[in-house]
Amino acid sequence: MKHALLLLLLAAAWLPAKDSCLECHSQMTGDLQAPATAFRNSVHLQHGFTCADCHGGDPNSDDPEASMSKAHGFAGVPLRTAIPKLCARCHSDPNFMRKYNPSERVDQAAEYATSVHGQHLAKGDAKVATCIDCHGVHDIRAARDALSPVYPLNLPKTCSQCHADAAHMAPYKIPTDQYANYLKSVHWEELSKRGDLSAPNCATCHGNHGAKPPAVASVAAVCGTCHVFEEQLFDKSPHQPVFAAMSTGACVVCHSNHAILKTSDQMLGGKDAVCAECHDADSAGGKIAAQAAGLIQNLQNRIVAADGILEQARTSGMEVSEAILRQTDARQNLVKARANVHAFAIEAVSQPVEAGLAIAAEDYRAGEAAMKEKYIRRMGLAISLTAIFVTIAGLWLIIRWLHRAEKESGVTS
Amino acid sequence: MLPTQPIHRKKTIAAWFQDRLAWDSISQFLAHKTVPVHSGTIWYAFGGITLFLFVIQVVTGILLLVYYRPTPAEAYESVQFIMTRVAFGWLIRSIHIWSANLMILSAFVHMFSVAFLHAYRKPRELVWLSGIMLLALALGFGFSGYLLPWNTISFFATKVGTDMATFVPWMGSTLGRYLRGGDAVGGATLTRFFGFHVAVLPALTSLFLLFHLGLVQKFGISTPPWVEKRFRGAGTKSAQMPFFPDFFLHELMVWYGALALLGILAALFPFGLGEKADAFAPAPAGIRPEWYFLAPFYTLKLIPGHVAGIEGEVVGLLGFGLLAFWWAALPFWGQRPDGTVRSKLVTGGAVAFIAYLSTFSLLGYLR
Repeated sequence: MKHALLLLLLAAAWLPAKDSCLECHSQMTGDLQAPATAFRNSVHLQHGFTCADCHGGDPNSDDPEASMSKAHGFAGVPLRTAIPKLCARCHSDPNFMRKYNPSERVDQAAEYATSVHGQHLAKGDAKVATCIDCHGVHDIRAARDALSPVYPLNLPKTCSQCHADAAHMAPYKIPTDQYANYLKSVHWEELSKRGDLSAPNCATCHGNHGAKPPAVASVAAVCGTCHVFEEQLFDKSPHQPVFAAMSTGACVVCHSNHAILKTSDQMLGGKDAVCAECHDADSAGGKIAAQAAGLIQNLQNRIVAADGILEQARTSGMEVSEAILRQTDARQNLVKARANVHAFAIEAVSQPVEAGLAIAAEDYRAGEAAMKEKYIRRMGLAISLTAIFVTIAGLWLIIRWLHRAEKESGVTS
Repeated sequence: MLPTQPIHRKKTIAAWFQDRLAWDSISQFLAHKTVPVHSGTIWYAFGGITLFLFVIQVVTGILLLVYYRPTPAEAYESVQFIMTRVAFGWLIRSIHIWSANLMILSAFVHMFSVAFLHAYRKPRELVWLSGIMLLALALGFGFSGYLLPWNTISFFATKVGTDMATFVPWMGSTLGRYLRGGDAVGGATLTRFFGFHVAVLPALTSLFLLFHLGLVQKFGISTPPWVEKRFRGAGTKSAQMPFFPDFFLHELMVWYGALALLGILAALFPFGLGEKADAFAPAPAGIRPEWYFLAPFYTLKLIPGHVAGIEGEVVGLLGFGLLAFWWAALPFWGQRPDGTVRSKLVTGGAVAFIAYLSTFSLLGYLR
């Protein structure tokens, strides 16, 4: 008897807790079935939560009247304006969240309250994004899940559902081309084509729960979270106080905001030069830009030339791997020179350019020497082959002479 | 008086050496040594070419030894140093590699020409067997030498090669550990492959080479049975050419031709060094062994994982073992007890063997 009771207790512990909401809604159709289907993919279900944890009610009762009665705390569909608080009941409770993920942040609701979304919601605007607009409703997945709407690769699309919807955004009087512009950017290219999940998406610059456009004064700091070196140079440059005084968003002046294209040397000089938008060609700034462009272009050309002759030597079978490896240093100096443009001082650019030019020149000489060596080898081969073929011809003549002598001796004998 | 003095001295020096070396016996031996003359005489040259290329291997190998360092930390760099800093180092290395490849090719041609000319007949069975052993040693030279530059391709090819050794029935794991000096290809493998390449294999090759050449001198060069039959029918002796100077001069011409070919290949197509081996890097795509191992390599790729419950690699190695044994035993199944050759069987077998090696090598190279 004792054993039977123990077995029953074990079985009860082993069996999943009853959830009449899921049981009934799974057997329904259409909109009434959809939440139950979606909830099966939810991270909440994986951790043992039930519908009742958000909606209230009694999941142990099979009677809909009882399970969805107000007496059992059934709240039905929560109001949009109440959602952040509903989620915060658990997600802002460190003691509760520690049970599931001790390193999980619990400041999302506080951050949300500071966001443009949160501020509008506090004023009663239910159109703005709440937790469920970004994370999903019933099929909420962990942010690291590749199918989550807030997974780095999916986040821009998620934000665009509102921000690219002109009708939805009309009351807020802000542009709706951010997503289209972002898709042209080097950041999206890094994220989508190279699969670099650390590449910036909307949340990287605007924040996630506390989403807000960066203030003009903090643009450089925001970009500097990744582009550290460029930010340091910019802060010491003559542009910094000027841009600050003009209340323009530092980096954005030259690089734009959402449509941040891959940089090129043409940004300094040439018809598409961004410097030319403010600086005349004859002005001091215009001259520095042109000079920096010339220096960088020169290094680029020398590196390409050295690469070319080294490749030619390599494909000719010459051993030039040391010089090819050294070209990496020349390229690093080119990268440094391009980054140093943000100091807007010619000395900052010329220093790495000169170092790079010295390396490229040494490598070019190595390539030239290899090609010269190749010519010498060919000449050596030609001379050696001539000597060998002359020797073979001599041997052949000796053999003929021997045969003739043998024949003659045979005839005379 | 004056003109006679040098001649007198020359005679004296010659007599001094004659007293000590008795070299007139060598000149007498050469004067009587002959080589059969017939439509297949040209094939006799390949034994000499193989020997000539082996001598080049020894000379260039000794020169490379001056700078080569057999440790994982220094092997690649020392070969790079040879190729970039040492005068004619690139040429020495390139000649060493090309002559190795040409030597193995020439050895294969020599082996098949001996089969087609039925030169393995009694009493030359041991000449054939020692020749097979020399070819096996040459393949061993190729396998052990391939790792020495310690580059990515050689590292992973050796890994594949030594992996195969572990499938040898009963002794596979011991053999694999012995070859590698451990469970994986590493510094110990390089050291022992170097030891095999410059000490063990040269010593064994020298012994077998002396035995092989000694037997060739003892029995003379074989005349094909159909040539013997023709002259026997005519009641005359088969046509012969004096070994010295006639055949020797012909052979010298061929050697110079081989030297010219070697020079062209070494100068126009020098072997690159590739990337330094990194044991932790993933194996690069398209790893394949040297061309002379391509046929078994491709065959193993075609064999299913399991054949009748036995691992595919084991089946493959057993198959190669049987094939090698069958071919090495050619003198014993290629002639009847009365000494006549099983011409059709041997020729057919040799053609089939060549067809297998060439087709599977080509497929292994292309796929």
